Amino acid sequence: MSRLNIFLAVVLVLCALGVIQAQHRSRTYFVELERLKKEARALDEQWGQLQLEQGTWANPARVDMIARNQLGLVAPPQDRVHVETLAVNP
Amino acid sequence: MNYHSRKLLKLNLAPWRMATVGGLLLGGLVLVAGRAFYLQGLNTDYLQGKGDAVANRNLTLPAHRGQVSDRNGQLLAISTPVESLWARSTELKLTASQQADLAGVLGMPAQDLAKKLARKTRGEFNVRRPVTPEQAVKIAAMGVPGLYLRREYRRYYPAGEVAAHVVGFTNVDDLGQEGVERAYQDWLAGREGERQIMRDRRGNTIRDLVPIKTAQMGGNLALALDLKIQYLAHRELAAAIATHKAKGGSVVVLDAKTGEILALANQPNFNPNNRRNYQPGPMRNRAVIDTFEPGSTIKPFVAAAVLERGLFQPDSVLDTPQTWRVGNKLVRDEHPHPHMTVSEIIQKSSNVGAVKMAMTLTPQQFWEVLDRAGFGQLPGSGFPGETAGRLRDASIWRPVEQATMAYGYGLSVSLLQLTRAYMAFANDGEVMPLSFLRREPQEIVGERVFSPSVAREVRTMMETVTQEGGTGTRTRVPGYRVAGKTGTAHKLVDGHYAPDRYLSSFVGMAPASNQRLIIGVVIDEPSGGVYYGGSVAGPVFAQVMAGSLRQLSLPPDAPETTTRMTQGVPSVVAHVDGGV
Repeated sequence: MSRLNIFLAVVLVLCALGVIQAQHRSRTYFVELERLKKEARALDEQWGQLQLEQGTWANPARVDMIARNQLGLVAPPQDRVHVETLAVNP
Repeated sequence: MNYHSRKLLKLNLAPWRMATVGGLLLGGLVLVAGRAFYLQGLNTDYLQGKGDAVANRNLTLPAHRGQVSDRNGQLLAISTPVESLWARSTELKLTASQQADLAGVLGMPAQDLAKKLARKTRGEFNVRRPVTPEQAVKIAAMGVPGLYLRREYRRYYPAGEVAAHVVGFTNVDDLGQEGVERAYQDWLAGREGERQIMRDRRGNTIRDLVPIKTAQMGGNLALALDLKIQYLAHRELAAAIATHKAKGGSVVVLDAKTGEILALANQPNFNPNNRRNYQPGPMRNRAVIDTFEPGSTIKPFVAAAVLERGLFQPDSVLDTPQTWRVGNKLVRDEHPHPHMTVSEIIQKSSNVGAVKMAMTLTPQQFWEVLDRAGFGQLPGSGFPGETAGRLRDASIWRPVEQATMAYGYGLSVSLLQLTRAYMAFANDGEVMPLSFLRREPQEIVGERVFSPSVAREVRTMMETVTQEGGTGTRTRVPGYRVAGKTGTAHKLVDGHYAPDRYLSSFVGMAPASNQRLIIGVVIDEPSGGVYYGGSVAGPVFAQVMAGSLRQLSLPPDAPETTTRMTQGVPSVVAHVDGGV
């Protein structure tokens, strides 16, 4: 009887230690998860800002202005445009 | 066991000493127990609250508003976090030099800042929203007590004024105020989440106390708009307004097959990124909200109505004197021809011819055609504030009204509505429902307005408008066959038609062999000398159409053209394809 009691007491202590261990691990992982979530948010924000930047650079009004004024590009006159039509072979 | 029976324990102690020690220990126990009961039992809520306040936190999880992009994924509106500066007046301690520094960083006069900070009545108030990232770093470095930075989302519109009227804008509280931002507020808005957490000594989150209410990010929206076509429309319209010294104008570009709104531009307009000088006028989406009397652009519907009933054929000849009397109204043609076919009436935009055709119909028959074409009804684009225009009931028409309506007076339409109605001609009689959102072609069901043969016949007539002898020779697009109709209407000013104020319009479609695009243009009060729809609105149409057709890579279909056509040599094709 007392042997069994001692055995159970040891098992109890081991279980208690296991709980502590599990709790600790859960907290560590939780902290890690929080950190990664924060990182994901930051990356998301950065992605948004990069998209905004891209949108601003690629704004047709800006492209048009640079093409005309800085690069001196013009639309080709109609008589200099070739239209190629694919020959359809049945 | 009896203590007294043990020899060792048998001490000669005075009984009072036992009693004293025992009493002291018991007293201590009672004291501790009492305190414990006081703390745990009576004071527990307060103390628990204090403890939780140290370790527990309620967090709101931010949710940002969804993005709006054009049909190709080009960004039109995006929310991105910015810092805003606020102060808590009870904690605010600012030395004079710090205040001067702060004014310098914020770039505002020192007195203004002092006035702002001196408002003691409010607990917390905004100092500047938003501040730039550079300013935020500097302010944080100053470490002034009572000044705080808060992260919040701000809406940016990379396309600026180009797409301003369609996209609309939000207010400081992120609520859509105009345009798509308002129409799709529920879809775009994000819903904030909430979580309660426990923190350790170092401020790490260690545990969630209640299940997390996750933040719902706002949905993204892909518009039907094509930013390149939109820019083209915006640019050409702005240029035309400047050349003709006009008060305003609008352009609408529709996809004839799907009813999608590819571009919609108005002048005057506004920059949604900077709304300091708030003026409601330029923010109005004229193409959707304003109505005008369509003038001659209504005539194709008259022709369609009489063709449909078999009253005339496209080549039926009518006598068209210069003037013709209906009731007490004298209808007049500016450029008279004694005889015209139905086709020529459209081509030369003869008022007398249109009236003579319309008078062969009963009011009910005429009304029914206009009603089917969508006049007097909401165009159904879902845009906030869209107008139905005005089409009076046929039972109260007088003969004069029926006559004036044949050349576009006595009813009013919005440009979007008019352009939508022309879809019936472009699309073999079927009108597709309008949409500001991109959609797949298979999911739409059109509404039949005219029979395919009538639609084709009227379209052929409208093609002659742009040919020699027509009113719209300046609407030609090199390389393409174009069909359309000009309109020049006197403006109604204080109940009278002003002799010198006009509204010039043009609605047209191309390529004529396989209609893809419909463009409607209206210019309000051109005052640079020319005012005919074909000369004022026509060139805008031609420019936007040419650019859009090129943008969509639609092959030219005009036979007599200066464009050189080469029948495909595959090696050349590969070379050319790269350069679209």
